[in-house]
Amino acid sequence: MTYAITQVAFIVGTALFIFALHWMSDPKTARRGVYAGVAAMLVAVVVTWVQPGIIHHGWIVVAIALGVAVGWPLSRVPLTAVPQRTALSHAFGGLAAGLVGTAKYYLWLNEGPENLTAFRMTAIIAEIILGYLTFTGSLMAAGKLQEIKWIPQRPVTYPMQNVTNLGLFLVALVLGVWLILNPTAPLAGSLFPVIIGMALLFGILLIIPIGGADMPTVISILNSYAGLSAVAMGFVLDNKLLITAGALDGSSGLILSIIMCKAMNRSFTNVLFGAFGQVKATKTSGEQKVYKAESPDGAAQILEQANLVVVIPGYGMAVAQAQHKVRELYDQLKKRDITVKFAIHPVAGRMPGHMNVLLAEADIPYTDLVEMDEINPDMPQCDVALVIGANDVVNPAARYDKGSPIYGMPIIAADKARTVFAIKRSKNPGFAGIDNELYFSDRTWMLFGDAKAVVGELVKQLSGGSGMH
Amino acid sequence: MSAPKIGRLAAPIFLALLMAGATVELAGSPPAPVSGAGTTESAHAQPPLDYWSMVFVFMLATFIGIGVIRRVSRLLHTPLMSLTNAISAIAVVGSIIVTGSDYPPLIRFLGGVALFASMTNIVSGFLITDRMLKMFKSDGRGRR
Repeated sequence: MTYAITQVAFIVGTALFIFALHWMSDPKTARRGVYAGVAAMLVAVVVTWVQPGIIHHGWIVVAIALGVAVGWPLSRVPLTAVPQRTALSHAFGGLAAGLVGTAKYYLWLNEGPENLTAFRMTAIIAEIILGYLTFTGSLMAAGKLQEIKWIPQRPVTYPMQNVTNLGLFLVALVLGVWLILNPTAPLAGSLFPVIIGMALLFGILLIIPIGGADMPTVISILNSYAGLSAVAMGFVLDNKLLITAGALDGSSGLILSIIMCKAMNRSFTNVLFGAFGQVKATKTSGEQKVYKAESPDGAAQILEQANLVVVIPGYGMAVAQAQHKVRELYDQLKKRDITVKFAIHPVAGRMPGHMNVLLAEADIPYTDLVEMDEINPDMPQCDVALVIGANDVVNPAARYDKGSPIYGMPIIAADKARTVFAIKRSKNPGFAGIDNELYFSDRTWMLFGDAKAVVGELVKQLSGGSGMH
Repeated sequence: MSAPKIGRLAAPIFLALLMAGATVELAGSPPAPVSGAGTTESAHAQPPLDYWSMVFVFMLATFIGIGVIRRVSRLLHTPLMSLTNAISAIAVVGSIIVTGSDYPPLIRFLGGVALFASMTNIVSGFLITDRMLKMFKSDGRGRR
């Protein structure tokens, strides 16, 4: 009886999770998706908790209370910190899977070795390797995103790096297979922690060579791994709800990482083993190139004359927290009946969809946020392209310069616009460590300074100086 | 290009491994123990384990996931990730079982830490997703 009720509850939970993701297809219905997810989770927790086998409640209450106490502040972080929070929660997900796998293994090793069947052992090994490597890998990623001092931001590489990593992974795998075949051998109990240690180490080594611009892809991959480790837990515990929910998470991470890779014209292998940013094959041409700087005053005058303004935001906008000033600029331009669109590159920012969330925070209607592929055909009609803290995603070198590390990456065609204003904090090149041709174009004018300050200055010019010239 | 694409192939490799595990299971080891054991597992002991149906469920759920997530609006990829994050914290189910069952304290402690970690993800994942989704408006303050 209890069994039947549990199964029905899990089926309902699975259906609700699928609906939750289905409703995410449109911003109008998306919040319903959250409620469906919460409902499913409540059902799952309650049904599990009331099982007759659950007889100790004290620790459950304490752990849940602590989880809520830590989880709540984590949900209040500023939106610029969302990538870190996401990475951190992948770490928690991986840790949970790893710990449950470890607990179950030792439990069965001591109290019921006949439970350690080949199938279960396979699932346990998969669970702990995926779980623990996701744990340390995601912690590293979160540290890099948070710019913690002792974690290097730039990719760290050393000779034979890929060989070392791959070798380590293979050794762990071989040990794992041996353990699957001999789960109760005298050595097994002490071999298990060795595999855990290797998985932990592998997670760190995997993320060390990966730099800032690849973060969206890496976060997506870790998302996928966290999901797969939950699936493995489902196999270990014979729980189909875990399998379905984990598989949904796994496929989400998979799709996002494929989208990210396509948006950078790179393969998975290349992201994981390529160490972006190390390939500085740029040839410094003899002639000295010069920027043309413009004042906010002049830029404001040109903006006023425009019919179509396309704003191209990048990570720089997030760093400067400029989104609210951008909203004011949007308002000023709209007041003059100027069409304003935001061109969003899939990898702008530090995680998939990062720019959309920041601009939505600033109350910019999502109907004015346009994807790269949709905006590019309109760029020749664009009077002013305003680049705010974006760099590589507008670099025309991606189209023709075969020596460039970003060659082949689809870009937003800012260079097709009649006038380009680029707001840039300094004259340093972007993440790929290469000069941006766009900045030296005849049509481009640079506005140097902090994005927030410069946009604020533009707003001031537009609001104060209207009709004075 | 012989470099293994571990990343993208993780799911298929995983599936293959499990199938291999199930096959070894059926072919090699003696038939499932009928007697004695499983006192600690009484809650789950009803029907015999069916490995193949679990693998089936995994495969189908992955395809459903891919189908549904393909259609998620690109605007919402950040909330999508925090939502799936919260969903994969379904690991809470396993954590509760390990924490609350009649197991040795050390085992239950591991479960408790896992429960804490999953609960953190559930709370922060759903709350921040909702917080972000609230911000997406089709026209700012009733103006176009």
